[in-house]
Amino acid sequence: MADTHKLEIFRGLIKFKSNTQKIWGVLIFLSIVTAIEVVLGIYKPEVLNGHFIGMKMLNWIFILLTIVKAYYITWDFMHMRDETASLRRMVVWTSVFLICYLIFILLQEGGYVGNVFTNSYLKHDF
Amino acid sequence: MDTTVVNTGTEGKTWGGGNKPLKASYGKMMMWFFILSDALTFSGFLASYGFSRFKFSEIWPIADDVFTHVPFIHGDYPMIFVAFMTFILIMSSVTMVLAVDAGHKMDKSKTTIYMFLTIIGGLIFLSSQAYEWTTFIKGEYGAVETHGGNIIHFVDTDGNRVALKDFAITQPTDRVQHERKNGIWYSDEKKLTSFTFNEVLAGFKANDDILVKTTYTDNATGHKTVLSRAESLTELETKGKNVVEGANLVHNEYGPPLFANYFFFITGFHGFHVSIGVLLNIIIFFNVILGTYEKRNSYEMVEKVGLYWHFVDLVWVFVFTFFYLV
Repeated sequence: MADTHKLEIFRGLIKFKSNTQKIWGVLIFLSIVTAIEVVLGIYKPEVLNGHFIGMKMLNWIFILLTIVKAYYITWDFMHMRDETASLRRMVVWTSVFLICYLIFILLQEGGYVGNVFTNSYLKHDF
Repeated sequence: MDTTVVNTGTEGKTWGGGNKPLKASYGKMMMWFFILSDALTFSGFLASYGFSRFKFSEIWPIADDVFTHVPFIHGDYPMIFVAFMTFILIMSSVTMVLAVDAGHKMDKSKTTIYMFLTIIGGLIFLSSQAYEWTTFIKGEYGAVETHGGNIIHFVDTDGNRVALKDFAITQPTDRVQHERKNGIWYSDEKKLTSFTFNEVLAGFKANDDILVKTTYTDNATGHKTVLSRAESLTELETKGKNVVEGANLVHNEYGPPLFANYFFFITGFHGFHVSIGVLLNIIIFFNVILGTYEKRNSYEMVEKVGLYWHFVDLVWVFVFTFFYLV
């Protein structure tokens, strides 16, 4: 097993010499991403306050960075990169499909109920 | 007995059995499917958190105003402590994956050290979460709840939060906590807040430099709206109902009760997963020391528990984003 690890990340841009080295490399990458998130979270630059498809630009950036982090944790720490394509697809496609479906339904409904609260004759600020 | 064995004639062929198309052991595959189902549970929780947030998007508290505490340091430092917690968990994920790697190389002593470090990381994370919960439950400034269930905060003219105890005027009162021993045995109430609403109102009237910060977010600035002095007075007099200090499942001084409920439920469920992870890690740690996997000639158990441990880290990455950043 030890020599069957795939040692490339970023589509072969960086190739590590050993699995241990790859682990530290991924740690550095994840730390940088977290640091970016924290800095953006503290300073909240005005430029990124604009709205884009119903959410602030900043929030889209956070979610994108989170998914990037999740990808590297799954692929390199959980060794998804080394599993067969069929096992990978069973786990990843199932979860991605179901989670997207759930998020779409619940957020759509939540936004609608929120609109009812603000726009209809329902008093909640008294 | 040999005579009862039926040969199917398919031995060695594709459908003859004994194939491992996924090239993974049963245990590892099942750990992946467990993780998949657990991931769906967590996304159910986080998506329902999103539902409530979209529903109450105007009055939802801003995370940077709530989670501002760092142990041993006074003052407002949003994000710093959670960032530390995230880093601890990622670090313990790294030691775990190093333990798995050492296990593949059948290196008992290295696996032992890395498993130990992973357990320590898990324990640091759990204690950090205990601290986070304690400060959240205790609250800091206190707030007034309106008849409609909204929360009113107090700020000075510079926009800094003011604690109730800094301006409320104590008045003589006969109101005491109702205990079981003083009435019907099955009826009692929670500890009374340190000030009554009237004391807060009197203190507010006496201090001209205190303003009301409503629970409504101003979309232009992204901060909560602060009212003028005259508006503040009407707001407090007409809408104020009772004082809230700290947080529980019914009231919290940060915003809608649902906010605290989701916080307790989701971080609590994640913390429960971490506790289980630490327990499993300890079991594996002792098995490594005892040489169980050395005798078994395979350290795959370390890898399976490692998968679970990384999953816990993975969930935290999402909890971090949706509770503290977005």
